[in-house]
Amino acid sequence: MALPLAVDVAVTHLRGRKRQTLVSVLGVALGVGFFIAMTAMMQGFQGFFISTVVDVAPHITISDEFREPERQPAVTAFPDGAVRVEGVKPRDQVRGIKGGPGIVEAIRRLPGVEAAPSLSGQVFLRYGAAERNATLSGIEPSQELRITRLEKDMLAGSLRDLQTRPDGVVLGAGLAKRLGAGMSDRLTAISPAGVIRRVTVVGIYRTGVSSFDDGQAIMLLKEVQILQDRPNVINRIRIRMDDIDAAGDLAARLEARYAYKAESWQEANQGVFSVFRIQSAVMYSTVGAIMVVAAFGIFNIISTVVYEKSRDIAIMKSLGFAEGDIHRIFILEGLLVGVIGALLGWVIGYALVSLLGSLRFNFGGGTIQNDRFHLAYSFVHYAVGGAFSVTAATLAAYIPARRAARLNPVEIVRGAA
Amino acid sequence: MSAAPVIEARGLGRVLPGPMPVTLVRGIDLAIAPGEFIAITGPSGSGKSSLLYLLGLLDRPSEGSVLLDGRDAAGLPENDRARLRLTRLGFVFQFHFLLPEFTVLGNVLIPMRKLAALSDADMHRRAEELLERLGLGDQARKRPDQLSGGQRQRVAIARALANAPRVILADEPTGNLDTHNARTVFDIFAGLARDTGTAVVTVTHDEHLAAQAGRRIHLVDGRIDREDRA
Repeated sequence: MALPLAVDVAVTHLRGRKRQTLVSVLGVALGVGFFIAMTAMMQGFQGFFISTVVDVAPHITISDEFREPERQPAVTAFPDGAVRVEGVKPRDQVRGIKGGPGIVEAIRRLPGVEAAPSLSGQVFLRYGAAERNATLSGIEPSQELRITRLEKDMLAGSLRDLQTRPDGVVLGAGLAKRLGAGMSDRLTAISPAGVIRRVTVVGIYRTGVSSFDDGQAIMLLKEVQILQDRPNVINRIRIRMDDIDAAGDLAARLEARYAYKAESWQEANQGVFSVFRIQSAVMYSTVGAIMVVAAFGIFNIISTVVYEKSRDIAIMKSLGFAEGDIHRIFILEGLLVGVIGALLGWVIGYALVSLLGSLRFNFGGGTIQNDRFHLAYSFVHYAVGGAFSVTAATLAAYIPARRAARLNPVEIVRGAA
Repeated sequence: MSAAPVIEARGLGRVLPGPMPVTLVRGIDLAIAPGEFIAITGPSGSGKSSLLYLLGLLDRPSEGSVLLDGRDAAGLPENDRARLRLTRLGFVFQFHFLLPEFTVLGNVLIPMRKLAALSDADMHRRAEELLERLGLGDQARKRPDQLSGGQRQRVAIARALANAPRVILADEPTGNLDTHNARTVFDIFAGLARDTGTAVVTVTHDEHLAAQAGRRIHLVDGRIDREDRA
């Protein structure tokens, strides 16, 4: 008897139709549960992907490329004229970022931003009969360590060892495996410039990102400049920053300032992010559809109750219940279905997430190595799912509740007499 | 009759609108004093129930007015009329119209819980007193479907009395009862009017029972045809 009267009547109505109520509650609960599990899974994977990429790759890469082809002097001379230059032959210039060290210094003065120079190019690695093509990056270990987390991915050795072993090379685990090379093995590196050098493996890393692990090698910057026959040239400035979301802005500013192409991690992974967006849209429409079906279930049960209980509604009105009181009772019934459904949905969601979290599988290849579902555990998913279901339930109850409130008691009393 | 009327109809009429309007009642002038026991009689379709619904503020008149304790009540907004039904009026219908899921006690408690003027304990005490008074003291925990027709109708009366109304309005309360139970209900009404000053207006087509009432109003074709007092 402690319940308020309206709640008491609402609960009584729902308890009178246990099976239908249960079906409605389950509809809501499944919607909420799937919503929680799916968002946990998708956001978890997206978060895992981003953190892996952000961990391994630089946040911004400035390269010695221009987005626009170089403007011809004739075009610059006649800005308003219709100038067309055909048959332009590119000069075989020593490419690279001009004034690279100065740019690195300038960028490092920005708060929360670190930068390191490198020279990147193709190289051919041979170990006995095995031959692999790889991207060879020349780095300055003392500077590189400020912008990379590669040290934590080292299976053996260290980037620091490059400083003491000028002929040292650090390999990705996949590359090392394909070459059949291990620590301290001596390989032959052949550059497109035709320089051949003997190098020694001083470190092996595994990041989990296959493009890094299977096709990249790292050496001292000076050694790479010699190997590529490009003394004192750098062609990459790699930037790491504390606030990764600001990468896009900073990249645009750097590009405007230095004209070299500055690519943020978002831009570099654009394709993946648009897939993420489509994934999210698909998920929200699926869950939305489940909730719409659940809402129809609620609409159905409350309409039935209003129809069956029209005599009770008439009697309550004659006893002095106002339209608002009746309206409230039936809205409350929708709300109860929504709230109980949401609570049950939280349990289902939690159970599904726990189940998914306990699964292990073996995905050999793929762009990113992965042996489990990465799940985002967030209170927000529960709150959004709950709010969504309670809102849907209340809206679904609104129409039958209004009909109940407007029932004319005289018609019903007369009809029954 | 010296006391001011508790409920009064002035030129009361009700027409159902439509392509062929139907006149339910018209030109009703009626004043009911506290403690009066009135029976409204008349043939089927003479407008007895329609008049009762108008007096009970369940229906809105097409013309004229209903005054409750001297104040116009029929023209008030629906919420105010609901409030008056809750505090000053009590209904008893031909079919008992109890809420089937609630116990006997629960049914009697509903108007009091809606009004929420008393503490939980006082509500229970009052509900049990009312049931006791109507000879249902030992039925409080039962559900309506476990009672006989006469008992259910007495529960409905107890519920109508819950908030100590000024007027009880009964629509064929004995229509479904045998002679013995019908007589009991009328005895209760007579006692109520005599002992508590509650006015009772009951619609009946049983002339024999109507004879117990202090005043009989006979309707024909929606108008007062004849009025006589005991």
